[in-house]
Amino acid sequence: MAIRLQYDNNTCEIGVYSKLTNAYCLVSSTSGSTNFFSGFASKLRGVIPIVMTSIGESGTIGTLCVGKKNGLLLPHTTTDQQVQHLRDSLPDRVLVQRTEEPLCALGNAIACNDYFALVHPKLEKETEEIITDVLGVEVFRQTIANNELVGSYCSLSNKGGMVHPDTKVEEMEELASLVQVPLVAGTVNRGSPAISAGLTVNDWTAFCGSDTTSIELSVVNSIFKPIESHPDFVIGDLRKPFIDTYV
Amino acid sequence: MSVMDQQSGMFKVQQTIGSVLCCKCGVPMPPNAANMCVNCLRSEVDITEGLQKSIQIFYCPECGCYLQPPKTWIKAQWESKELLTFCIKRLKNLNKVKLKNAEFVWTEPHSKRIKVKLTVQAEVLNGAVLEQSYPVEYTVRDNLCESCSRFQANPDQWVASVQLRQHVSHRRTFFYLEQLILRHDAASRAIRIQQVDQGIDFFFGNKSHANSFVEFLRKVVPIEYRQDQQLVSHDVKSSLYNYKYTYSVKICPICREDLVCLPQKVASGLGNLGPLVVCTKVSDNITLLDPRTLRCAFLDARQYWRSGFRSALTSRQLVKYFVFDVEPPVGEATVGGQKYALSYVQIARESDIGKMFYVQTHLGHILKPGDQALGYDIYGANVNDNEMEKYRLSVKNGLPEAILIKKCYDEHRERKQKKTRSWKVKKLPMEVDDSRGRVDPEKNEKEYEEFLRDLEENPELRFNISLYRNKDYQESETASMTDGEGAPSVPIEELLAELDLSAEEEEDDDEEDMAE
Ligand SMILES: [Zn+2]
Ligand SMILES: [Zn+2]
Repeated sequence: MAIRLQYDNNTCEIGVYSKLTNAYCLVSSTSGSTNFFSGFASKLRGVIPIVMTSIGESGTIGTLCVGKKNGLLLPHTTTDQQVQHLRDSLPDRVLVQRTEEPLCALGNAIACNDYFALVHPKLEKETEEIITDVLGVEVFRQTIANNELVGSYCSLSNKGGMVHPDTKVEEMEELASLVQVPLVAGTVNRGSPAISAGLTVNDWTAFCGSDTTSIELSVVNSIFKPIESHPDFVIGDLRKPFIDTYV
Repeated sequence: MSVMDQQSGMFKVQQTIGSVLCCKCGVPMPPNAANMCVNCLRSEVDITEGLQKSIQIFYCPECGCYLQPPKTWIKAQWESKELLTFCIKRLKNLNKVKLKNAEFVWTEPHSKRIKVKLTVQAEVLNGAVLEQSYPVEYTVRDNLCESCSRFQANPDQWVASVQLRQHVSHRRTFFYLEQLILRHDAASRAIRIQQVDQGIDFFFGNKSHANSFVEFLRKVVPIEYRQDQQLVSHDVKSSLYNYKYTYSVKICPICREDLVCLPQKVASGLGNLGPLVVCTKVSDNITLLDPRTLRCAFLDARQYWRSGFRSALTSRQLVKYFVFDVEPPVGEATVGGQKYALSYVQIARESDIGKMFYVQTHLGHILKPGDQALGYDIYGANVNDNEMEKYRLSVKNGLPEAILIKKCYDEHRERKQKKTRSWKVKKLPMEVDDSRGRVDPEKNEKEYEEFLRDLEENPELRFNISLYRNKDYQESETASMTDGEGAPSVPIEELLAELDLSAEEEEDDDEEDMAE
């Protein structure tokens, strides 16, 4: 079941202040209360590392970085200390890389799961190569419902994805064929189309902003299928990705 | 993909709008800005919140205007478009929403409430547009507008005057009109009423009052009028203009019982009527009867003023005749409810009993040998009328020697000693202005008596006016007056009780009655 969370007091854009992957979870260190962290901890403690950090001077880490189980891309605003801190805290197999991409809000520009990434159409060619190398994913330049900030309007896991509510049927079919998981058009935080701000997922958990209605929650559950108990098996290895054999 | 797209070489991907679940109730719906279905949106937000739902407006009952703050008074009819515009303009905060529709909800005019149903649109939650209807109640408070209250503070100051004139030698029309005005309470808003030579002046504190009075006149007599305005004062500071308005109203000079020789053009326009005709009735139109054929025609004010002909002879020139013989009627006709019979009669003037005339008359139904009658002595009179002269020259057999107008009851009346009637009429509070022309009280009194006699003799005239029971009249006389042979009198049932006359008015009336 997806879990409702709140960042400090009235903020339900939890995806802005966190980054969840199958291998680690980053939580903003700027939170005034411990509730935000413990919300993630209740579900993830003992399963994957939860790391508190900020990027540059900002706590909006979810919008600034992009990461998957194999890697983490940081914007050019990240300090050396922060890069070092993350390298120290994350498992060794996670590559931590700082990019020179002028669009520093990498989280808003890129949406990805462990195999595919949808990226902002105007992303630097160099950045695209880094994404391919560091995250080990196939990159598609796309828009979602006429928005270039594909990372903002899309949440992806290896099981499914949710996109902007205005996404047309044909467009959704195209996107689904690219990322090869089922997609649904939906909303979070009581009708908000800013999916990734209100929803952060990996293959077995989902966290939603506290304003998310039970209807929205049920849509999230049906597409991402988070599981109840601690998924011990995922630590060892994830599902054998069919894409490995495919490539 | 349409043929046109193919031709223009454009490739267009078909786009199908998807469906999302309403985030609140889960109903599938096309995405909108709030991603909430309309029902949920409504329950979520009230876009009419903060909009005025009830408001007080001021209305001047004197002139029927509504106050548009700070100082403008707007004239608007009940449930009119103007009133609706005014009502909407009075609402504050309405610019926060988009007005889509407004309509009146019916309310009793006496309830002093106006209800308007407004339909508004507003953006809610992330730009979704919601439409909602709600009622606004206006409480109407009476409040005199500036010009009306200025008038109330200084009631003698008139703003509009109606100068009513009839250019004839007698005032009978005005006596009759006075009764009509009283009956319809048409001049109750006049500040001052002044009797002048050939007319009456009415002064009003408000232009609209004068206006409605002229409208009333237009319905009861054939009139022609002109409106003038004159700047009285102009306050530069407040840019207030004070005008005085004058309505010059002319009443058609053709009166009942007048003899008219119609101009050739008018006569042929009326199907070769007359041209010698008698006016038998004046209301908002005039009724003309040809006494020799019993044909008649009606002329309204517009038709009359187009030619503007005059009377050849008027009731003051009526001459008394003795009736010697009345032949059986050769024709009958009913005009406006009044019966006429065409007969040949043998008559002689009272002044020259030796000269007999054999003429046609339309009074065959009431005349008997031995009666007296009033008529125009065309044989003896020196008629000073161009049309009559033209007609005289055009006919071989000459003009009729006499035209009888009505039966004369003088004989019967003289038999009665007392002049007291069983009824009386009210009078307008009229001042007499003799600065512009001498008013002869004796002549006036005589004409008034004639007018009262007319009322007695013509039930049709009484129809539109109110007669009141005269307390001074003794019952015993009733018997002698209704013995069949006497002059016509007013049946007692037609009289109104005097209940609605205040004591003060009664006194005035009594004094005047005594003076008669
Ligand atoms: Zn709903
Ligand atoms: Zn007024």
